[in-house]
Amino acid sequence: MGLLLLLHLLAAVGAPLLVRWWGRQAFLALALVPAAAFGWVLTRLGTVVGGGEVRETLSWIPALDLQIALRLDALALTFAALVTGVGALVLVYCARYFEPDEEGVGRFAAVMTAFAGSMLGLVLADDVLVLYVFWELTTVFSFLLIGGSGAKLAGRRAASQALLLTTAGGLAMLVGLLMISGVSDSRLLSEIVADPGSGPVMVAGTMLVLAGAVTKSAMVPFHFWLPAAMEAPTPVSAYLHAAAMVKAGIYLVARLAPGLADVPGWRPVVLGLGVATMLIGGWRSLRQNDLKLLLAFSTVSQLGFLITMVGAGSQELAAAGLAMTIAHALSKSTLFLSVGVIDHATGVRDLRLLSGLGRRMPVLAVIATLAAASLVGLPPFLGFVGKEAAFTALWDGGLPDRVSAVVVLVGLVLGSVFTAAYCARYLWGAFARKPGLPDSAPEELEHHPGPLFLAAPAVLALAGLAAGPASPLLDHLVVVYAETLPLIAPEAEHLALWHGLQPALALSAVTLLGGAALFALRSQFTRLQHRLAVGASADEGYWNTLQSLDRLAVLVTGTTQRGSLPTYLGTILVVVLLVPGTVLLARTPWPDQWRAWDSPLQALVGAIVLIAAVLTVRIKQRLSAVLALGITGYGLALLFVLHGAPDLALTQFLVETLSLVVFVLVLRKLPKDIGARHRPAERTVRAAIAVCVGLVMAGAGAAALGARTATPVSVAIPELALEEGHGQNVVNVILVDIRAWDTLGELSVLVVAATGVASLVFLRRRTGAVDRASEEEASGGGDARRAPKAQWLSASGTLAPQRRSVVLEVATRFLFHTIVVFSLFLLFSGHNDPGGGFAGGLVAGLALVLRYLAGGRYELGEAAPVAPGLLLGGGLVFAGGTGVVALLLGGAVLESAYLEADLPVLGHASLPTALFFDIGVYLIVVGLILDILRSLGAEQDRQEDEEDPIDAAPDEVIVR
Amino acid sequence: MTPTIVLPVVIGGLYAAGVYLLLDRSLTRVILGFVLLGNATNLLLLSASGPAALAPIFGYAEAEEMSDPLPQALVLTAIVITFGVTAFLLAMVHRSWRLVRQEVIEVDEEDRRVARREGMDADDIDPDDLPTEDRPAGKGNTLHSDVDVEERLAQRYEGIPSDDVTLPPTRGGRS
Repeated sequence: MGLLLLLHLLAAVGAPLLVRWWGRQAFLALALVPAAAFGWVLTRLGTVVGGGEVRETLSWIPALDLQIALRLDALALTFAALVTGVGALVLVYCARYFEPDEEGVGRFAAVMTAFAGSMLGLVLADDVLVLYVFWELTTVFSFLLIGGSGAKLAGRRAASQALLLTTAGGLAMLVGLLMISGVSDSRLLSEIVADPGSGPVMVAGTMLVLAGAVTKSAMVPFHFWLPAAMEAPTPVSAYLHAAAMVKAGIYLVARLAPGLADVPGWRPVVLGLGVATMLIGGWRSLRQNDLKLLLAFSTVSQLGFLITMVGAGSQELAAAGLAMTIAHALSKSTLFLSVGVIDHATGVRDLRLLSGLGRRMPVLAVIATLAAASLVGLPPFLGFVGKEAAFTALWDGGLPDRVSAVVVLVGLVLGSVFTAAYCARYLWGAFARKPGLPDSAPEELEHHPGPLFLAAPAVLALAGLAAGPASPLLDHLVVVYAETLPLIAPEAEHLALWHGLQPALALSAVTLLGGAALFALRSQFTRLQHRLAVGASADEGYWNTLQSLDRLAVLVTGTTQRGSLPTYLGTILVVVLLVPGTVLLARTPWPDQWRAWDSPLQALVGAIVLIAAVLTVRIKQRLSAVLALGITGYGLALLFVLHGAPDLALTQFLVETLSLVVFVLVLRKLPKDIGARHRPAERTVRAAIAVCVGLVMAGAGAAALGARTATPVSVAIPELALEEGHGQNVVNVILVDIRAWDTLGELSVLVVAATGVASLVFLRRRTGAVDRASEEEASGGGDARRAPKAQWLSASGTLAPQRRSVVLEVATRFLFHTIVVFSLFLLFSGHNDPGGGFAGGLVAGLALVLRYLAGGRYELGEAAPVAPGLLLGGGLVFAGGTGVVALLLGGAVLESAYLEADLPVLGHASLPTALFFDIGVYLIVVGLILDILRSLGAEQDRQEDEEDPIDAAPDEVIVR
Repeated sequence: MTPTIVLPVVIGGLYAAGVYLLLDRSLTRVILGFVLLGNATNLLLLSASGPAALAPIFGYAEAEEMSDPLPQALVLTAIVITFGVTAFLLAMVHRSWRLVRQEVIEVDEEDRRVARREGMDADDIDPDDLPTEDRPAGKGNTLHSDVDVEERLAQRYEGIPSDDVTLPPTRGGRS
């Protein structure tokens, strides 16, 4: 079975290619796929009729206990045969329906085949989740088929309407299925039905599942999507919206009825909606003039009929319902396909404009008449057999409640009267010669339908005719399913053409006579319909609902999206105050003891930090404010030292220094003072929020320490670091070994940030290394030789004399190498002493800053003649590579090893592999700083030097 | 554990200053606020890790005397990342200044336009407001169908009542 589904998938994928090769004939090849599935299904008939079933389970995600469970029993076989058989015939029909050179056929063929596969999967699925997946797949493909190319507004609207309604139902169904399977303790439909759970959850779940079935099968009040879906090409209407997709709801109800029919609420919903749908659909169908719409409402009506029977939860009605399902699928798809032929030949579907087609296309007229006769329930068609069985069962009391049986019976008989009337109207409208209308002349037929075009409807109609006398054979299959349901009537009726003179026969006669009378009095009846018409409809309700949703969305957007960043941030902060702040005030135990400080020095540094923070807020000059900010940062580093965190302090010092440089690089171009003035009211609100947030966070800080009562997770880490990581600096070992995964993630963030900086500054190309001084620039012109290698800061010659600083240049000459060596020292000693890749990289970055400040942008290129992207990527590869190597050597990812050896000259040497990870960290940090210097420093200088126009070239797009 | 008074006060002060700056319209001040908030958070994390103790490095201290190393490792990467993000924000200021000579965030006109929006897409409006050929087939209130179609058909086919809107022919033939 899985193979068949795979076959459909492959065919769908290959369909556009086939259509390109063979044109519309490709449909004939595609039809072989569902035909093969049909053949396979029939070969299993013997097993299934004998009471057996075919199961297949494919493992999907074993860890989650997810599997693709497929199961073919009598019910699944009936639907699978319908889906595949009708599918194959409709695809054959498509080979003539489309013009040889029509556009979009390849896409259509692919979607249609994929739909056939998903429909087959839907009826075969035993696992509720698999069922849901296929269920939604049919919805999506239906959307694509209705919408077509999307060029027509009506098509788009119809498609999205169908999609919205059926997916809404589908989601409800998913929740319902999960509830039911939870209560029933199984995800397999077969086991749920065999042993359903009970209780309120079960009832709610059942109602939700029914919501899915009701929307999919176009029950009142969700019926309107089906007529609107008639925008789709006729083969789609015939297959999806008559034979297959809309039957999914019927299938689901039939599948669950043996187990869930006695759940409270099931019968009122199913029977009530079913009968109402049958009557409303029939009534509306009689009002239609477009043949396709007439059939669409007739389908709605018949779906109501079918769901009533299969959902009643009694053996006799279920058997009748299954027979009627087959009869309806056969005849309704025939009728749709006939409309397609008429439309194809004349270009008209309005029954007020067609006349005398019966003489022009006698074969088609016969085919359509056969199908309509089966739908009406004329003997000896299958429709007659099914309808007889249904009437008999209800007459004998086929429902637990006698009164409801009578009500349902009356409803179904009345609905069947409508059925007879609209079938007559269809035949009359399509084929009859009408007074006052000119016959469609022979030359008016644009296309005479060929034999292949008529083959599909002919086969379907003849199948409906043949199945009637053969119904005792069909009974063998149907009864296998029906016997899973309780028998409510005194005795089970078997499907047969002739049961003798029974009340049901009289009821059938009543429906036929009633239908004939309605048809004969059609003018008067139409006037009656006009008089009874009401202004409101479910469709209007749908659009009104959608529009109010739209208006609500606009309203909400309008009130919340004010377009002001401070407002947005303020909103977030107020929420922080309201939610965590409230919890803090109301629920947090406060510490009862306080200490003033850890050491008096801490208090002093704290005071300096606070003063600097206040200055940062108060100062209007940009660079001064940045300096004040720097003081808070350095103060923080001191606090870290006092807290016993030398690594943090080191990093904070270095970062603060680098931050200052970057701030200056950017802010040097901006006006000296910060401009934007805020109104006093704004400032008050800001201050209020700021003070409140400060209070809450101070409280959180105090409470957090007070709440630290449990043993910390890190209690074993120091020993672990020493013994497993072979490092004495615990923090560094955590970074490069114990929690190296975290560090790897953070390194990626740094790479992204560096790339982001470069992307924002470079308007065009941003790869490659920093420009190096060309020979002429470096040597100041006349001398053609390159600056002597021995000369330090050779590129400083490119700077204007007034921008050079002798002191800085000399200092740089002295310090650069020392700093780089120091950075390497920090890198290598970090495992045992303060330092490590982060600190080392930052120090090396400072060395680069020095070179840039002393020698300008070319000097930066001389100092680091390498693309920052290479450093960043190389570092990431290095760090990640250690993880991969550990994996290859059979360890866990990023697991470290420790190498020790006595070397001849060096003596005892040891090397933890985590060092390589730290080298990766080092490279990335250096790359980050180099990228920042290159972008915000060198590139900005270049843009200024060369007065680079920011206006883009005509064909260039720069995102601003 | 007994908390100190100094650290919560410093944390609160830094948060308050940071938030005040964050709510400014000048991007420079927003970034200053961002850095202050970062510093405050790092301090909060560290202060929550317990009282001050010796550095977590063997040779300087024994395991029992050490301060908790795990929050330190987390804060260390946080410091570096804050630096990276700060540089990114500064690059945004640079770009804004270079392209539009502005570093003040004005009200976003696009947002205001969305807020004032009234019209709807053609796919959303009421079917009654659509031209006949765009209406969905079998549309609800079909008794009041399009006047043109009604009149044309009434002239040609007197006595045959018309009600529902017809589907547009899909085959492109005459209608």
